[in-house]
Amino acid sequence: MDKQRRKFLTIAGASVLAGIGAPAIIKLTSSDAVASSGGHEAAAGHGAAPAAAGHGAEAPQGVRLGMVIDMRKMADLPGQLDGAIAACIKTHNIPEFPDTKNEIKWLWKAPFENVFLDHSSYHSSKRVATTPFPALCNHCDDPPCVRACPTKATFRIPQNGIVAMDFHRCIGCRFCMAACPYGARSFNWQDPRPYIKKYNADFPSRMKGVVEKCNFCGERLALGQEPACVEACKGTGAITFGDLNDPKSEVRQVLDSEFTIQRKTNLGTKPSVFYIV
Amino acid sequence: MIEKTLKGKPAYWIWLAFLGMFMAIGAACYLRQYNFGLGMTGMSRDVSWGLYISQFTFLVGVAAGGVMLVLPYYIHDYKEFGRITILGEFLAISAIVMCMLFIMADLGQPMRALNVILHPTPNSMLFYDMCVLCGYLFLNILCGWIILTAERKQVHPPKWIYFFVYLSIPFAVSIHTVTAMLYCGLPGRHFWLSAIIAPRFLASAFAAGPALIILCCIILKRVAGFDAGRKAMNKLVTIIIYAALLNMFFVGLEFFVGYYSNIPGHKFALEYLFFGIEHHGHVYNNLVPFMWAFVILAFGAIGLLASPLAKREDDFFLGVGCAMLFLAFWLDKGIGFVLGGFVPNPLHEIVEYIPTANELGVTAGVWATGFFVLTLLYKIAVGVEHEIE
Amino acid sequence: MYNKGTIIPGLALFVLFVTFPIWFNGLTTAGDLPKPELPPGGEKQCVMPADYMRANHMRLLNEWRDDVLRDGNREILEIDGKTYRKGLQMACMECHSKKEKFCDSCHIYAAVEPYCWDCHLTPTEAASKEAIH
Repeated sequence: MDKQRRKFLTIAGASVLAGIGAPAIIKLTSSDAVASSGGHEAAAGHGAAPAAAGHGAEAPQGVRLGMVIDMRKMADLPGQLDGAIAACIKTHNIPEFPDTKNEIKWLWKAPFENVFLDHSSYHSSKRVATTPFPALCNHCDDPPCVRACPTKATFRIPQNGIVAMDFHRCIGCRFCMAACPYGARSFNWQDPRPYIKKYNADFPSRMKGVVEKCNFCGERLALGQEPACVEACKGTGAITFGDLNDPKSEVRQVLDSEFTIQRKTNLGTKPSVFYIV
Repeated sequence: MIEKTLKGKPAYWIWLAFLGMFMAIGAACYLRQYNFGLGMTGMSRDVSWGLYISQFTFLVGVAAGGVMLVLPYYIHDYKEFGRITILGEFLAISAIVMCMLFIMADLGQPMRALNVILHPTPNSMLFYDMCVLCGYLFLNILCGWIILTAERKQVHPPKWIYFFVYLSIPFAVSIHTVTAMLYCGLPGRHFWLSAIIAPRFLASAFAAGPALIILCCIILKRVAGFDAGRKAMNKLVTIIIYAALLNMFFVGLEFFVGYYSNIPGHKFALEYLFFGIEHHGHVYNNLVPFMWAFVILAFGAIGLLASPLAKREDDFFLGVGCAMLFLAFWLDKGIGFVLGGFVPNPLHEIVEYIPTANELGVTAGVWATGFFVLTLLYKIAVGVEHEIE
Repeated sequence: MYNKGTIIPGLALFVLFVTFPIWFNGLTTAGDLPKPELPPGGEKQCVMPADYMRANHMRLLNEWRDDVLRDGNREILEIDGKTYRKGLQMACMECHSKKEKFCDSCHIYAAVEPYCWDCHLTPTEAASKEAIH
């Protein structure tokens, strides 16, 4: 009797374990998981050449959205960046907390020496020293945050290179925040709604306990609009947006004719945001 | 065997009630945090991991430390550890329980925790951490239980269990290695981006874990009449001293690399942790006392444990030494390592972290839960020992 | 029978207690089938037939979510001459503009609390902050 019960329990336990484990194993071996884990096949090819990191030649495959920010124009038109930030906040229902502890930042201002740690700010020109620089998610081609995320709540969209967030799936472990070398990610330490000044009915807010960041206005691009910050600077040429892999795109024209720098290229993340200083 | 937890002296029940009180406080604090969000803690955009994750990191080490008993006993057939190996396994179980609770406490959306299994992501170290932690927990429950049952019946344990016992050894190493990899694979966090993190974690784990086991043995000897044996204790002390020295050596190496290369990124966090840093006219030095306490306690403990005082019959200095060492490495890994890594932030700004009372309540609650589990498990282990005597 | 005085009232109380859901729902309106309010704008056409939506709206929403967020497939649907952007706020709430009278009526009845509204804005909610400015 006792023996039979023990046998029954053993079998039952084993089948429960198998039942729990099987879906995970099936998911792991499915093409989806494999594709996302090796999601940078395109990048892997030239990853072997460290000299090519950042500014070097990138394999032009598919669309890779990127941005060039012209700091000369930002300096000439001081209200410009504030307008872009305000447009970003309004478009994405970003809460405005009074304290830095809870701050949610998609696009924000910081001094050159903070944004470009790898570049010397020793005796930098007056314009560079006094103009606030915009900082935002770099939509890296090889994003460390995506590598770190345990649930694929953040991922690189293969069709356009945007590093996106799925707020429905985020468990709030904040591993991506530790992984991001640009400080581009914010966490909702509490319900953000009371701190949102005005709602955009076309975009959701976020809930407490999830991470968020710039999404390159993926929802606006789908409607054929430009990102909110680009639109806010329209006509000034302060921000140029487009496909980095398309030789004829406007953004490439700018890149081909101007000297640009990127943030922390030595980390191999291949950022998609360029600055003309 | 579980029935052994239901009978005990009044002191046993008072101790459990004492822990239960902290568990209740922790639960209440957690409820507040659950309803409001993690804003209840001192964590911020810039120091996005706090006490919870640092306790988790330290406790993974305590769990892995149990292998310092398993390995000599099962691989080298060091018989003196026969009586206390089970203590190492049971300590590992309760330490992992605490680890898991700390992870849950740290999640912004705990209800979605299973997403890690529903959407398995093999490129995330957190996924592997979950795998090895669950694996190690399972192995320790299995091995501990089967072997203790066999011991109780005075028979040899079944042969198949040895496969799992041997398997638990690489698993112990892997849990702490993978935990180190959570940190040392992140670009842009210079303090963590060091290949010595995993060895350093293991070294401090192999000192702190056994130190806690010695402390438990001393307490069990007084309150439960369980004698681990002088020889076993002395051997453990030797292991602890070497592991602790290695950890201090590794910390020293970090200093060398930082200060000799003079690369600001490598130096900054060390400077912040040990000397405090002045940044834009403000001095940031919250963690300096903790770090020097770590250094002083660690060397003091090593000296004390190496001296003949530690071998005295009354175990007083042995206990003091082990407590000092455990505290030292808790300060090192359970405070300094995680918090120091967030200074400076990626934009070279400094934000300091101070835990809130609510956060401390949750932390105390989780520790109390761990010791509650540990007490019950040790009650079983000691009960079985007494039964066969 | 012994203890008749306690057993019979006890039994009666017990029966009353276990049948609580039946008589409570019978006496109050809690058990009445919910009547979700149809779109105030008078739209008759949805992206799918009503009985499909009734049973599967949550599945459709999940599909849309994955299409839009993960697969970058934000194509605009055209059904019987009307266009819909994929999304709870962008499609559903356009017609079913009163979440409280539509979604909630069944969700409360079925005691489900979907977390949609933790992030997504109902038209009422969205308008609430408009007024401040």
